[in-house]
Amino acid sequence: MLKRIPAIEMSGISKRFPGVSANDNINFKVYPGEIHALLGENGAGKSTLMSILAGLYRPDSGKIKIKGEAVKLRSPGNALEAGIGMIYQHFRLVSNFTIAENIILGTKNKKIGINKEQIESDIRSFSSSFGMEINPADKIYQLSLGEQQRVEILKMLYRGCEILIMDEPTTVLTPGEVKELFKILRTMAEQGKGVVLITHKLDEVMEIADYVTVLRSGKVVGDGQISELDKQSLTRMMVGRDIVHSQAEGKKQIGELILAVDNLNVKGVRGNRAVSNLSFNLYKGEILAIAGVAGNGQKELIEAIAGLREIESGSIEYEGEEIQHYNVKARAVLGIRTVPEDRIGMGLVPNISIMDNSILRSYLQDEFKKGFLLDYPKIKEYARQIISDYNIVCSDIHHPVNYLSGGNLQKLLLGREIDGNPRVLAAAYPVRGLDVAASEDVYNLFFHEREKGTAILLILEDLEDVFRIADRVAVMYQGSIKKILEVENTSIDEIGSIMLGAEVMGEQYAEV
Amino acid sequence: MDIIALTALLAASIAAGTAILFAAAGELLTERSGILNLGVEGMMLVGAVLGFIVTVNTGNHWLGVIGALVGGGIMAALHAVVTISLRANQVVSGLALTIFGTGLSGFLGKNYEGAPMLYQFKDLNIPVLQDIPVLGPIFFQHDIMVFLAMILAAGMWYVLYRTSWGITIRSVGENPQAADAAGINVARVRYFCTISGGMLAGLGGAYISLVYAPTWQQNMTAGRGWIAVALVIFALWNPTRAILGAYLFGGVEALTFRLQTMGIHISSFFLVMFPYIVTILVLVLVTIRRRQDAGAPEALGLSYDREER
Ligand SMILES: Nc1ncnc2c1ncn2[C@@H]1O[C@H](COP(=O)(O)OP(=O)(O)OP(=O)(O)O)[C@@H](O)[C@H]1O
Ligand SMILES: [Mg+2]
Repeated sequence: MLKRIPAIEMSGISKRFPGVSANDNINFKVYPGEIHALLGENGAGKSTLMSILAGLYRPDSGKIKIKGEAVKLRSPGNALEAGIGMIYQHFRLVSNFTIAENIILGTKNKKIGINKEQIESDIRSFSSSFGMEINPADKIYQLSLGEQQRVEILKMLYRGCEILIMDEPTTVLTPGEVKELFKILRTMAEQGKGVVLITHKLDEVMEIADYVTVLRSGKVVGDGQISELDKQSLTRMMVGRDIVHSQAEGKKQIGELILAVDNLNVKGVRGNRAVSNLSFNLYKGEILAIAGVAGNGQKELIEAIAGLREIESGSIEYEGEEIQHYNVKARAVLGIRTVPEDRIGMGLVPNISIMDNSILRSYLQDEFKKGFLLDYPKIKEYARQIISDYNIVCSDIHHPVNYLSGGNLQKLLLGREIDGNPRVLAAAYPVRGLDVAASEDVYNLFFHEREKGTAILLILEDLEDVFRIADRVAVMYQGSIKKILEVENTSIDEIGSIMLGAEVMGEQYAEV
Repeated sequence: MDIIALTALLAASIAAGTAILFAAAGELLTERSGILNLGVEGMMLVGAVLGFIVTVNTGNHWLGVIGALVGGGIMAALHAVVTISLRANQVVSGLALTIFGTGLSGFLGKNYEGAPMLYQFKDLNIPVLQDIPVLGPIFFQHDIMVFLAMILAAGMWYVLYRTSWGITIRSVGENPQAADAAGINVARVRYFCTISGGMLAGLGGAYISLVYAPTWQQNMTAGRGWIAVALVIFALWNPTRAILGAYLFGGVEALTFRLQTMGIHISSFFLVMFPYIVTILVLVLVTIRRRQDAGAPEALGLSYDREER
């Protein structure tokens, strides 16, 4: 057999950040035509390794070879010239620019002036040759996340990338868009390009990847052909043990009504009506999941319940008291706590310390005060307590909170809210971007809260999780709840079709 | 007011607006790349004094212009090092440079205080065009610097919106992460824009000391640098609107003189306030209308560090 030369060969790569060794002597290879999955827990160092390959981070040590030749990648520009393109978790597109402008951005151009029409028609035909239909004159901010991702892919293809790296590309996509994406990736692999896919979703790995490398705490802990591996062995490699999916044991009797939302209407950011005539009841000691394709008003609903977004009409009753005109703090004091979709920015303040973030909700309470001042020794102790109670991995509570990995951020945020003894806990996409183990930790926190009689409202994207976690599921479509079902009495297929707008027979929504 | 007086007033507006236009065009370019330079006033003063000194000593006003460009450029280079490479706060650095430039220009110009400028730019009357009634005297009977400022601002519009350099510059100001990922050298673009912007501020200062009020006086820019900063906002970061705005604000200045000679008394304080009031009004209107793509560059004032998250 011919000896194949890897398209990419990274060897002995190490990279340290303050307090952590993100990559420790890593070897990593990608062959042409291969879809290579990169797996690992939160904070394992996947994004770091790929950012090194994309020229964004400089490794402390190690070598990179492209088609057998040693290269130095000093900037993303270098990497692009070498044919390596990376699509980050947060897209790197200029939102005020058109698709066409984003695609030609940074390309070398000999002519001084640009001919818009010419470029747009070039890009239109280029994209349709890959089976992607776009309008190059659209601005990025008008596009859905799925469409933005397609622009990122086109940008890389247009630059002639031979290796495409995608960091958790499916988290923001609808199931239909995931299928589309995989089709594109397969086409690229057939053309001999290499694809690196960072993901937490093992089903996707099994479906699309040819080869897998698993990282843990900055080291490679395993690799192999997908055909020779199964989900269980992958999990074991990732977390070093088997994950037992905790089930909602012995479903509880559902308690009394605590939160009643009636005929709620809420405007979205663009002035559109994001939530329309939405009603539901939430009971003590239950987990109500909201299922729906992203962008059907879920985010606005949570914000309206939290008091972060003004409502147009309708009411929110908490224990019989209308609270829709209360501010965030008043609601928090009553016991309504929310965990927003945007963890960093809305939930936590990125540049201040882990310790300060842990008391953002409670710094006014007497226990943290010493006269006019804050009682820092107490606060420190409290932050350490949260860190240990909720299994948060961090090297120093004085570090800014954005040093934490996604899973740890989420645990900190949830821990802080749960520590305020909520009676209603609402969370948007609580496990987005989290690995299996961290997701399990987070779900266990919810189970524990339910035991205590807290009413829990969760927006979930994975329907399998809905069935595992929730007692009831409300399906949201175009801003309203189409139907509420007991999870025992329904199926993924039924929910999936309501999510996509299938007509619901009978009453508007089932009363329980 | 008759038509002749009005024509003269408008012509004077253009002359008065030229210094502001140079500085505003420079600041606009700088801000388009995401760097806020509040040192414009200081850079104009340094440009004014260097332009004056070099011209007086060499007898060549073009050398004076070069001196002003170099002076403004060096000041801006300081701002660039501090804010782009060392990632210090842009507001603080800019304010410090204004204070520094004010002091430095006063120091350098000590011996030239009140000296007249003898080497003048001649009016460059454009053939044919200057004979158009009314418009001719307003637009086409000026010194070469006036035309240069117009061409420069118009050219800047073309570069920003019609060339790939423009896309590059604007992308750096909007989203440096995206620009970096697309292979653009963010720091290099920002250095280029900041230094060129400072050079233009210096040129604007030199226009005052060489042409508009041909002498040297301490603090002679009299807040025009700040008007230029306000003008960039007024123009919503668009060079063509900056041309109109510069002449409008120039008009206010010209009007102040005329009104006084005509014996009409509007408080001069009010007229000095005018550009700022208009700018605030424009800001209010813009925020109410809130168009996604007509506002400040999104990353304006923020430093960029590739490895930060
Ligand atoms: N820019 C940075 N500054 C400081 N620490 C960082 C930085 N980037 C990553 N880290 C740290 O390095 C480690 C590896 O992070 P990395 O983002 O590579 O993990 P990951 O495998 O991509 O995790 P996730 O699945 O959560 O995305 C983490 O401990 C993280 O906190
Ligand atoms: Mg990552």
